Amino acid sequence: MASRAVSKVLRPATVSARALSSSSTTSSAASKLVGRNALLTTPLARVSRSEPKWLVGAEQRRLASSDEGAQQMTVREALNSAMEEEMNRDETVFVMGEEVARYNGAYKITKGLLDKFGEDRVIDTPITESGFAGMAVGAALAGLRPVCEFMTWNFAMQAIDQIVNSGGKTYYMSGGNVPCPVTFRGPNGAAAGVAAQHSQDYSAWYGSVPGLKVISPWSAADCRGLLKAAIRDPNPVCFLENELLYGVSFPVTKEELSEDFLLPIGKAKVEKEGSDVTVVTHSKMVTHSLEAAELLEKNEGIKVEVINLRSIRPLDIDTIIKSVKKTNHLVTVEGGFPAFGVGSEIIAQICESPAFDFLDAPPERVTGADVPTPYSESLEHMAFPDTDIIAKVLKRHLYRQ
Amino acid sequence: MSFSMLRSRGLRAAARSAGVKPVRSTLPAMRFLQTDADKSSPAESLPDAGDKPFTVALHGESFHSYRCDAPSNEISITKDELVQMYTTMVKMRRMEQAADALYKQKMIRGFCHLAIGQEAVSVGMEHAIDGDDRVITSYRCHTFAVLRGGTVKGVIAELMGRVDGMSYGKGGSMHIFTPSFFGGNGIVGAQVPVGAGIALAQKYLKKKSATFALYGDGASNQGQVFESYNMAKLWNLPCVFVCENNKYGMGTSAERSSMNTDFFTRGDKIPGLQVNGMDILAVKKATAWAKEWVTSGKGPLVVEFVTYRYGGHSMSDPGTTYRTRDEVQQMRSEKDAIAGLKRYILEWGVTDEASLKAIDKNAKEEVDVAVEEAKKSPFPDVKTFWTDIYYKGTEPPMMRGREKEEFHVYHKN
Repeated sequence: MASRAVSKVLRPATVSARALSSSSTTSSAASKLVGRNALLTTPLARVSRSEPKWLVGAEQRRLASSDEGAQQMTVREALNSAMEEEMNRDETVFVMGEEVARYNGAYKITKGLLDKFGEDRVIDTPITESGFAGMAVGAALAGLRPVCEFMTWNFAMQAIDQIVNSGGKTYYMSGGNVPCPVTFRGPNGAAAGVAAQHSQDYSAWYGSVPGLKVISPWSAADCRGLLKAAIRDPNPVCFLENELLYGVSFPVTKEELSEDFLLPIGKAKVEKEGSDVTVVTHSKMVTHSLEAAELLEKNEGIKVEVINLRSIRPLDIDTIIKSVKKTNHLVTVEGGFPAFGVGSEIIAQICESPAFDFLDAPPERVTGADVPTPYSESLEHMAFPDTDIIAKVLKRHLYRQ
Repeated sequence: MSFSMLRSRGLRAAARSAGVKPVRSTLPAMRFLQTDADKSSPAESLPDAGDKPFTVALHGESFHSYRCDAPSNEISITKDELVQMYTTMVKMRRMEQAADALYKQKMIRGFCHLAIGQEAVSVGMEHAIDGDDRVITSYRCHTFAVLRGGTVKGVIAELMGRVDGMSYGKGGSMHIFTPSFFGGNGIVGAQVPVGAGIALAQKYLKKKSATFALYGDGASNQGQVFESYNMAKLWNLPCVFVCENNKYGMGTSAERSSMNTDFFTRGDKIPGLQVNGMDILAVKKATAWAKEWVTSGKGPLVVEFVTYRYGGHSMSDPGTTYRTRDEVQQMRSEKDAIAGLKRYILEWGVTDEASLKAIDKNAKEEVDVAVEEAKKSPFPDVKTFWTDIYYKGTEPPMMRGREKEEFHVYHKN
């Protein structure tokens, strides 16, 4: 155990593959194909986390952890290991997308999968999103579990009809006869310096469609647990990652590294407890919100409660209601456009809920600017929220300018 | 002009041989393919037994091929199967006519696209494939839904939005499914990549079955169709792309929508076959040939069935503003697929007029009974409004209705 803990090469998937081959000789003879019904009864792991020792910032910094057996893992490694484990577990899971096989992934998320599983299960597609997203839907309708990667979710607009109409609505329109267990994944929202057509955040668009599940993870553990859950989920799932988080390290516990570690889709997580204001956020903005929370606690003594949504749909409004009842203040933070966005939806739901009576101030949103993302750095920083603006808004919100 | 040449090689060849300028076709499209429903003839005398196969020679112009050799013009068939085909085609036509009447009585709402006139394609295909093969098509799907394992009552009830509908009233005309039939799809062209995906799954699971992804002449210009062609050929998928060319995409004729109306050649390097879609025997032969081709690892095919719909694009389209009544009438009287098959059955002595009349009567009764049963079926309960949004057991705790107090709880958190 100790030797593994200090190992630089974080390949928990290989570790577990070894464990799998040595301990489960009984099941190796049985078919690896897991029936759809069986998956429904797979229990969800309830993981008790110790105080989160998260890391922020784009550079990788390793912090020595005092927890026994705690390791570091980047978001990239988390996604890679999740896919590898699910492909090992269920033969019907396969990956398709541009550059996922021989190039090892445009962002190296699918690195090594081609070598392990071969070209039948890791498929390089031509640059034809509408076509291959439709094919992913068709393969799912016919009994497989495709993981369809979009190089970014911006390109998925070419395929949005297949995702929403062919994927999202078929189960309902068929009266429950035809499920569609497809997972669409890829980087969403802001990158750095890629300008307007490559920086849009689609959480609100997909989040508005009944029939889809939409996930926006933050940490490595989020990515592991939620991607595994998404692949096992028999519904069409849109998994919205963030390119700037791919290289960020997070501590992961042994449970989070285990093969059957799943997180429930539709449950938010309170990343930091507080008593003065509730900040609801998702994806990269969790990092900035936590930084702002730390600043405000140190400088002003303000205790901010940060909720990591994890899922856009289903939205865990109950966790938010519980928090607002405690803190009496609500500020949402997101990277997407302000109009008709995730924050707007949360505030509308809170106003319709019993939590409204507990509010001491009108709820507020911090969002991306209502501007097509500009290229130049001096302008781009005005297009997305950062730690400073979140802190400023929170102070103002609590009348503590 | 030699009569035998006329019979075997068609009007143009015979006219050419006699040095006579051929009579121009009255149809708007210049069709070199033979599109009559009754030009096949038996190559040998018919056996007495109903289940003993005999050979039929299809008309020489039944197939045009692209980048491949067309199948031979011979098909082996039995008398029983001919009668079966007739029975099924008549029943399908009756069902569509019943849907037409119900729509006019306002018992069917929204969209209703009927395939009256195109029966030879669906029935002919079904006679060449089996339950393991997969079919997906567009919204003109009622006949396929029945043939692929559904029931007339199930389809009619679905059109009327009743609980006994094959989608329990939740989908309607365009969204009817069976285990081997993937709809029924409302978005023009979207079913083609989905069909290619189904073929991908068949190959992945090492099944020896073919997938037929159907679309119309109107959909043939969709970009996603070409994206599907590309990937299917690249990855050698067992997919037959079937263009049901009924010459009109809604109100726009094929010539006005497509720079290249040889739809069977649009697959670029994918071999293609253009087939007389009015002669059910040609359809069956071509489908069997296509299935053999794609399941033997030769990769995808594009098959174009040249057919015709007598009705409009849908029930809201009279079908006469963009084509003449004469044209429709001519097709109905001269090229009708059911009349053609009837001619074969009577001329070849398969059975007599009285039996066919009995089949007609039977089909009408069967459909009438199904319609009556469907009418008795209740409308879905309000509970089903909330079901099947997500896979049973994986729903969120609740889903919202029109206002905050209208919501459905699936489970406590």
